[in-house]
Amino acid sequence: MLHLILFLVFGAFCVAGAVNLLVQSHPINSALSLIAVMVSLAVEYLLLGAEFVAAVQVIIYAGAIMVLFVFVIMLLNAGEEEKTRGSRVAIIFGVPSVLLGGALVAWVLLRRSGTAAVAVGALPGDPKSVSMLLFQNFLLPFEVTSVLVLIAIMGAVVLAARPEQAQPRKKA
Amino acid sequence: MFALISLIKIVIAVVVLLTAVAYTVWLERKVVGRMQNRWGPTRVGPFGLLQPMADGIKFLFKEDLTPPHVYKPLFIAAPMIAVIFALTSIAVIPIGNTVTVGGITTPLEITDVNIGLLIVLGITSIGVYGVALAGWSSNNKYSLLGGLRASAQMVSYEVSLGLSLIGVLIVCGTFSLRGIVEAQSGHFWGFLPKWNIFYGGQFIAFFIYLVSAYAETNRIPFDLPEAETELVAGYHTEYSAMKFAMFFMAEYANMITVACLASILFLGGWSGPLFGPAWLQMILPVFWFALRIFCFLFLYIWVRGTLPRFRYDQLMAFGWKFLLPLAIANLVVTGLVVALKG
Repeated sequence: MLHLILFLVFGAFCVAGAVNLLVQSHPINSALSLIAVMVSLAVEYLLLGAEFVAAVQVIIYAGAIMVLFVFVIMLLNAGEEEKTRGSRVAIIFGVPSVLLGGALVAWVLLRRSGTAAVAVGALPGDPKSVSMLLFQNFLLPFEVTSVLVLIAIMGAVVLAARPEQAQPRKKA
Repeated sequence: MFALISLIKIVIAVVVLLTAVAYTVWLERKVVGRMQNRWGPTRVGPFGLLQPMADGIKFLFKEDLTPPHVYKPLFIAAPMIAVIFALTSIAVIPIGNTVTVGGITTPLEITDVNIGLLIVLGITSIGVYGVALAGWSSNNKYSLLGGLRASAQMVSYEVSLGLSLIGVLIVCGTFSLRGIVEAQSGHFWGFLPKWNIFYGGQFIAFFIYLVSAYAETNRIPFDLPEAETELVAGYHTEYSAMKFAMFFMAEYANMITVACLASILFLGGWSGPLFGPAWLQMILPVFWFALRIFCFLFLYIWVRGTLPRFRYDQLMAFGWKFLLPLAIANLVVTGLVVALKG
């Protein structure tokens, strides 16, 4: 019972954070809302019995990626964003598509997924089973993803490097 | 009953931790004083022992200034974030075996989770926001530079810190802090305690952990975020009274957490000779653990009294070009050793 209440509370937290992320006009407030979303998601994972995934979610998303987001916002000293009324295309096509997508997801979840209840912790969530899945069953996709990430990093370096400078720059 | 025991343990842990924080400050002032041929605090109580109390009262009664140009919500939230996350991580750290009081046996930690180490890492990685947001919300160039330096430094050194711990995890095969301590019981060749620091290349991992942890806690020689010769006081320039004290408490609480983790991961936790009656055997592990923590804190202060500060580019080069490759190499070697041993 407590589990269910906590799950709903943090689910509401998560949605509220996500809405707040869009509504806020200052980038740093949006970034902080995103952190709140990440942390509430981690708590949801924890409540579902996936402790390892929850911890990794906090360490990687809230602790590393979002720190870099905040870092960049601080570095650029980004000010308030201007509020616009949004594009007409987004309203005409976007809102119905969101409703349609949401309805589709809800339908699939209600109709197509198994109806039998699963106990908390019954699905693989501990470090051992996660790594078994990752490094045995899904080894090839995992390795392909790592190559993809490497290519992305190289692309970022190429795009960010200044062509006229031959010797490496001093770090600030 | 379970809730009551947990509540009692939480209260005890917080009180002990805050007292330890206060007396670490006293110890630092005393030891650094002696290293610089001064006395340190002597006026309040014998050996200045009541100085932390006097400091606390002073912090409480000082005027709490909020400069007009700050971004108020985050300016107020930042010290809270720093201190809350610094104190929370103690929840999963075991400080000894079980104790039995009045027929109730309970382990000496608030909660034993099987991913304890990851929880500590996660909580400390969120603690960065306290410093970063303090720097940003102060709306002051020195604070901003301090906050930027802190977040860049913490993200950089977190990588080598995490990698240095993986060697220990490979050797022990568990994320549970209690499990890691239990995996280190026994001896090599009958006399050398089976601590992780003596296992394979873990001495290097210990070195990497210690250096990265000093950088993570913003201590000398890595205290660039608050380098007073260039940044006034860095991220906490605009803070006064209790808000400043919160950053101070967070820093020292983080030092204690680092010391706890170092003892648990590399030095066998609370292992040590046990003797005497049953009640003494219950207390002794806590004593051995506290002794290790004291040594680490003393080392912190010793380093502070000895080493000069890095330059910022040296700090980054050291982290990325020396510590990180070393940590990866250590990881590969440890993996090979464990795999070959079967």
